[in-house]
Amino acid sequence: MVIDQPFSAAGAQTPPPRSAVTEGRATRVALTVIALLFLAVFLVLPLVIVFLQAFANGVGAYFAALTEPDAVAAIQLTLLVAAIAVPLNLAFGVAAAWAVAKFEFKGKAFLTTLIDLPFSVSPVISGLVYVLLFGSQSLLGPWLAAHGVQILFAVPGIVLATIFVTFPFVARELIPLMEEQGTADEEAALSLGASGWQTFLRVTLPNVKWGLLYGVLLCNARAMGEFGAVSVVSGHIRGLTNTMPLQVEILYNEYNFAGAFAVASLLALLALVTLIIKTILEFRYGDALSGSTGH
Amino acid sequence: MATALAHAGWRFRRPSVIPGFGLTFGFSIAYLSLIVLIPLAGVVWRSASLGWPEFWRIASDPRTLGALKMSFGGALAAALVNIVFGTLVAWVLVRYRFPGKRIVDAMVDLPFALPTAVAGIALTTLYAPNGWIGGLLAPLGIKVAYTPLGIIVAMVFIGLPFVVRTVQPVMEEIDREVEEAAATLGARRAQTVRRVILPGLAPAILTGFALAFARAVGEYGSVIFIAGNIPYVSEIAPLLIVIRLEEYNYAAATAIATVMLAISFAMLFVINLIQAWSRRRYGYGH
Repeated sequence: MVIDQPFSAAGAQTPPPRSAVTEGRATRVALTVIALLFLAVFLVLPLVIVFLQAFANGVGAYFAALTEPDAVAAIQLTLLVAAIAVPLNLAFGVAAAWAVAKFEFKGKAFLTTLIDLPFSVSPVISGLVYVLLFGSQSLLGPWLAAHGVQILFAVPGIVLATIFVTFPFVARELIPLMEEQGTADEEAALSLGASGWQTFLRVTLPNVKWGLLYGVLLCNARAMGEFGAVSVVSGHIRGLTNTMPLQVEILYNEYNFAGAFAVASLLALLALVTLIIKTILEFRYGDALSGSTGH
Repeated sequence: MATALAHAGWRFRRPSVIPGFGLTFGFSIAYLSLIVLIPLAGVVWRSASLGWPEFWRIASDPRTLGALKMSFGGALAAALVNIVFGTLVAWVLVRYRFPGKRIVDAMVDLPFALPTAVAGIALTTLYAPNGWIGGLLAPLGIKVAYTPLGIIVAMVFIGLPFVVRTVQPVMEEIDREVEEAAATLGARRAQTVRRVILPGLAPAILTGFALAFARAVGEYGSVIFIAGNIPYVSEIAPLLIVIRLEEYNYAAATAIATVMLAISFAMLFVINLIQAWSRRRYGYGH
């Protein structure tokens, strides 16, 4: 058992004979073609169809659909919601990652599971929880109504539902990354007289900045594209509580396909930009992102 | 809190020179409770206040059962398709070289990034009887859009990256020497793949299956456009929750949500068990 150690170490250096550890050429080509065809049908075609349909009535109709007042209101609302939800989840993600990754405490694994919880809840249920909490039949409902606070069917409800569904993104990127980096850098900074904030801003943050950007990117894409949860709490009031995905649904159900796909094309563009930045980050800073696992 | 507990010989937290535990831990717990735990507990509480007979009446209502069957059955079928093609895609991406591989690899994440409503209307347009794919299948008598088959197609779309992204990293770490050993011992390639490689990948494939299944069960946006939403036939459970809410039937919405939550959390627990088991057995897993 011990004797074969040097041999296996040397064996790893020489390239293995290809025929023994890979399939025949025909099998390789066939498997590659099947996989690529599957991806083409299931991933590429839907993306292509979005842009084709968006421009089906010409470029003029496309821009007319996007500058229509309800579409503009939907775009503005989507940007507003993301501008509130993403920074809040960013603050939470950083705080949770600091507590979980830099300290050892009881129940840590349980806390990490709880942070991931929103991912295993149906988007519709994510919206339902707030309807039950703030609706007119709830405990809080009458009090809110008496004080003139509107949460459901208004912007606060949409923001809350969006925060719920995008809750884990930043934290789950940062936790494995910061755990892997350990605490030696921070301890060194502290022993040299840096304050806690200085240590965080000058030592920890630069170490995790690409992972942080990655998490924010995914969080933002989901925040702008969330449909189910927002649909339940929004009340679908045109020009007021319709985000872009809801606007897509309304236009589509009215058989205004070109209009629906025009708004959808903006969301698809956002998805593409997200994927491109994500790929660049992984390609350039793969090491600085390791510890994070997809998603 | 930590110092008070330390006296009992049981430490909540190991002492550390790094500051900020109280602040970050306190903020995290408060935010987690306010956004996630208290609202979720509200669903369970509301459901409990229905009482068992009423809860059971709603949960065993034929339309509810039909919707739950559609969501879970569709998710199961889609997850099975995904473990076959997801593992194949991962294999091709890890083992073979072909032009444009990096772009293909990046495209796998599209369902994560593309808003579900956009995916829903795009898939419906493709698979409708007059669509590109639907038009090809119609002469064969296969209807996809507005049938349960369409639901499965949408669920395959959103579940695919879960399988590829869980299997891919494990595949990359497979020790080639094991395959060489199998080959030297006279195994044919197919035997090596079936007896040596696949068993090692099994925990990752199982995790990918569970993740894709869990996601598909709760899926709403990409499914409702293509589903046709015919009660008892192609109506998914999340849609039924929305319908009950629109009828102001909060009791029914809550009961269906509770059944779904219970099954989802059981799934989450199983996923954690698989991962813990594969970490112990194979030394990897996430």
